[in-house]
Amino acid sequence: MALNTSLDAHIPEGPLQQKWTQYRSTLPLVSPNNKRRIDVIVVGTGLAGASAAASLSELGYNVKAFCYQDSPRRAHSIAAQGGINAAKNYQNDGDSTYRLFYDTIKGGDYRSREANVYRLAEVSAAIIDQCVAQGVPFAREYGGLLANRSFGGVQVKRTFYARGQTGQQLLLGAYQALSKEIAGGGVKMYNRHEMLDVVLIDGVARGIIARDLVTGEIQRHGAHAVVLATGGYGNVFYLSTNAMGCNVTAAWKAFKRGAYFGNPCFTQIHPTCMPVKGEHQSKLTLMSESLRNDGRVWVPKTVEDAKAIVAGSIKAEELPEERRDYYLERMYPAFGNLVPRDVASRAAKLVCDEGRGVNESSQAVFLDFATAIQRDGEDAIRARYGNLFDMYERINATNPYKSPMKIYPAVHYTMGGLWVDYNLMTTVPGLFAIGEANFSDHGANRLGASALMQGLADGYFVLPYTIGTFLSGEIRTPRIDTNHAAFGEVEAQVKGRIDKFFSVGGNQSVESLHRKLGKIMWEYCGMARNAEGLQKAIGLIADLKEEFWNDVYVPGKAGDFNPELEKAGRVADFIELGDLMVRDALNRNESCGGHFREEYQQDGEALRDDNGYSYVAAWAFAGESQAPELNKENLVFEYEKPKTRSYA
Amino acid sequence: MAWLNAFLSSTIGQKVVVALTGLFLCTFLVVHMVGNLQLIWGTADKFNLYTYAMTHNKVIKVVSYLTYASIVLHAVMAIWVNRRNAGARPVGYAKKGTNSTWSSRNMVFLGVVILVYIVVHLYNFWFQLKFGEVGTVVIEGKHVKDLYPVVINAFQIPWLVALYVVSMAALSFHLIHGFQSGFQTVGVSHHKYTPFIKQLGIWVFGVLIPLGFAAVPIAVMILKDPIPIP
Amino acid sequence: MDNPYRMKLNLKVWRQHGPQDKGGFQTYALDDVSPDSSFLEMLDLLNEQLVSKREEPVAFDHDCREGICGMCSLYINGHPHGPEQTTTCQLHMRSFSDGETITIEPWRAKAFPIIKDLTVDRSAFERIIQAGGYISVNTGQAVDGNAIPVPKDDAEDAFNAATCIGCGACVAACKNASAMLFVGAKVSHLGLLPQGRPEAAKRAQAMVRQMDAEGFGSCTNTGACSAECPKEIPQSVIGMLNREYLLSTTLSEEG
Repeated sequence: MALNTSLDAHIPEGPLQQKWTQYRSTLPLVSPNNKRRIDVIVVGTGLAGASAAASLSELGYNVKAFCYQDSPRRAHSIAAQGGINAAKNYQNDGDSTYRLFYDTIKGGDYRSREANVYRLAEVSAAIIDQCVAQGVPFAREYGGLLANRSFGGVQVKRTFYARGQTGQQLLLGAYQALSKEIAGGGVKMYNRHEMLDVVLIDGVARGIIARDLVTGEIQRHGAHAVVLATGGYGNVFYLSTNAMGCNVTAAWKAFKRGAYFGNPCFTQIHPTCMPVKGEHQSKLTLMSESLRNDGRVWVPKTVEDAKAIVAGSIKAEELPEERRDYYLERMYPAFGNLVPRDVASRAAKLVCDEGRGVNESSQAVFLDFATAIQRDGEDAIRARYGNLFDMYERINATNPYKSPMKIYPAVHYTMGGLWVDYNLMTTVPGLFAIGEANFSDHGANRLGASALMQGLADGYFVLPYTIGTFLSGEIRTPRIDTNHAAFGEVEAQVKGRIDKFFSVGGNQSVESLHRKLGKIMWEYCGMARNAEGLQKAIGLIADLKEEFWNDVYVPGKAGDFNPELEKAGRVADFIELGDLMVRDALNRNESCGGHFREEYQQDGEALRDDNGYSYVAAWAFAGESQAPELNKENLVFEYEKPKTRSYA
Repeated sequence: MAWLNAFLSSTIGQKVVVALTGLFLCTFLVVHMVGNLQLIWGTADKFNLYTYAMTHNKVIKVVSYLTYASIVLHAVMAIWVNRRNAGARPVGYAKKGTNSTWSSRNMVFLGVVILVYIVVHLYNFWFQLKFGEVGTVVIEGKHVKDLYPVVINAFQIPWLVALYVVSMAALSFHLIHGFQSGFQTVGVSHHKYTPFIKQLGIWVFGVLIPLGFAAVPIAVMILKDPIPIP
Repeated sequence: MDNPYRMKLNLKVWRQHGPQDKGGFQTYALDDVSPDSSFLEMLDLLNEQLVSKREEPVAFDHDCREGICGMCSLYINGHPHGPEQTTTCQLHMRSFSDGETITIEPWRAKAFPIIKDLTVDRSAFERIIQAGGYISVNTGQAVDGNAIPVPKDDAEDAFNAATCIGCGACVAACKNASAMLFVGAKVSHLGLLPQGRPEAAKRAQAMVRQMDAEGFGSCTNTGACSAECPKEIPQSVIGMLNREYLLSTTLSEEG
């Protein structure tokens, strides 16, 4: 039941190149003495949340920041490896703001908003400056200047990096800025607290209900505005490269309180992860995309050779060159091993489905460094990727300097998220979403090293300005009273739900139910999807939801440190989200970026339908056990007309 | 002087005191070593002149007071630090693995052994020299106390020699860790020089000097006959 | 890929209901453990068994499970993060032998009180960073990233110090429960970069003051922290911290 009017994203007028600068100079401001009287809640302390909380506090707002970990520094941005993009053109290789904009729009398969993406490219350079000033130890050349490397989907070197730990270093920079503000009193930090719902008063977001994870206490926190920086929902697949605690709860509660969810089915499957093994596996580990700068991806040309390698009768490193298929180099000669992630993942699936995969389940391909080691020497490769190679060896007990790595695609990032306008505000006034939690900048596929860029862009350079559009109207609103009936009502719902978890008293652990959900999602809504499977998944998820609420067992007590209870809440929300993702995937009768519908392809390549689906699917909650309602934001491409993505 | 108070009550400041006094005592050891060798290679007269100089030279006197002060400060501060550190882990581990050298973990124990040794050593010789009944000889026109036979005779006693040797072993382990540790504590840490300091600490202060000290009583016991004191 | 071989283990696990509870060891037998599973996956298995028996699972901290968030802890068989020099989440069961008894304890330090079972409160580290572990530059104040060249070696050394994940293994390993490696890592990371110099003296003073106030012990240079540090932070960062602290006390106007 789609509505016909397009959602208004409040994109400013004017030419693309001037939208942001003009808009920024005309945004309503909040004077310094008024900022002191305004409270802002920031949930999540990854790159987006930490940078936003610190920057808002620097401006003078009173910030309350929340994270479920024992320290803001542990948010999962920490695990990003490869790098951060910025249009600095330090390498003199023809990079520019426009080119970064173009690469991102194209990489996203023309399903993102031009104005947002251009703004992202525009502020990217300032991010690098800010991070360097904070003491982020980026890689440098001998002359002392910043070094760059290349990443998938682009033909320039614009990725800044700190060995294989760029996310860690950037997050520590933001975390330190946040710590400075905590020390200064501008930010009150709540570690080991989880947001369980958002509170609306007269339709405006005015606070949250949070649970102190140590004592189990349910708390009310009021503020003039609430910012969600709660990351992505890849854990809906159970196995992903996300941290164990990553969850959709905050975004999902916002959805159920009226915020639209944009493009939930757009999931990024990262091509270079360690393959699945063993039924007790709890998570998948990523091997940075930067490895594709030097590593060559291949499988044997024949099924027989693949089988022989699995059986151990031929060693991979001894298979003659002419019997290997460097399929990315063969299929996409222009970009070779550095094609975008969705393309690389799909190609891996293609060759593995042919039976040429290199482990028992035929779900692995080789990433081979022999050529690079021969060319540059083992020491040079160690200097570039030493920590990644060590990690690989530790997990797999094989030496990647000697024999090729085995890799396979795995769920890594979710492009979908809460729908936001140009100001990063959701459809609930006063409720903002930044970083991976929103849907905004990556379209149907995110380019490598762009997540860090977007998180920090939102937190440092976008939200601190755009939140003023809302808060400038709030200067007469007194401090939010958490004794307001709305807080009581939501708090009662939160407590009721917790009681319900305990009252089921069934026989299945939360973990085992989560695993079941993951299997359904990966099977029917993973790397390849089709209408029949998606239809089936809707039924399976409904059954699983019922199973959950009839047979889950949650040990322990509510008023206690209880990780099982935390998981129960998260998995219950994932099950509901799974349903929405499947419906979104079913609605989108085209293939684009990370969304590959088997019915819509041409020679194995994704077949987009720009006439039918050049829109953001923004879903609205329509009530429990009601089908969600589809709203559309039509995407208008004024500067880069959609064309078939080609990396060949 | 609040800053000094803050420094001396900080964990680092207290360690700096231990380090600086310890390193000073290392220089004292070098000087003492040179004197001791007179017992083996020198004559009785030379040795007695050396002890005379040790007790009469103004500079040496000042240095010796500094040495006593250092020993006291070094020990008191180290014990204080140790007490404080023990309080940083009120509940210990049930199963403890090792991840460091034995000497580095047992500096206080080694220090106590050395302290006991110092007391015995001072009683044996320094106390005798100052307050005991030691004869006098005339060398180069000076009336000099004749400590030489006291030393030679003392080192005929096997348990005393054994105590000296064991104590020097303790000193060895104490310095193998302590010398380089002292530099680290005062912030001398450098890609180029630290490896050199470590080797110096091990071979010169950890091996050569304790060996030298231990060699004296052993050599005296083996090589020299007791001297009847008139 | 999956190794068909399975291990049997005896787990001696510290159970403590809350900070005030006395606590004690409980022993659990666990079989069907794959040598390819990680240590935390082995504990997941234990917890699934406990839950199925309607017992309360063992509480332990963990999150990213790829060795970088620093959330996981555990003192395993006498070593923080177990027998390999890595994080517990990257420790695999192939490092143990079939039938082995594994003793699992929480980090022990006055400054890290126990929350529950194997979970400890490391907020002391937060307060140390808040005392001065940052460069005071507000958003928007930065000059161009290439305006100040940084010698490659300095950037590398700064990176090697900055790689600290704040897990607390250094404190757990140290016989004095000293946090000098953690503090030294941050003081070195920022102090080695030109951007961090203006506040270097203030930083060293403030961070050491806070470190002492939290009740950590002092460094007696045993080197146990570096030997156990999953990120192999070297002893030189402690040397640098000592130097910065001594110089800021004696030469600067700070302190």
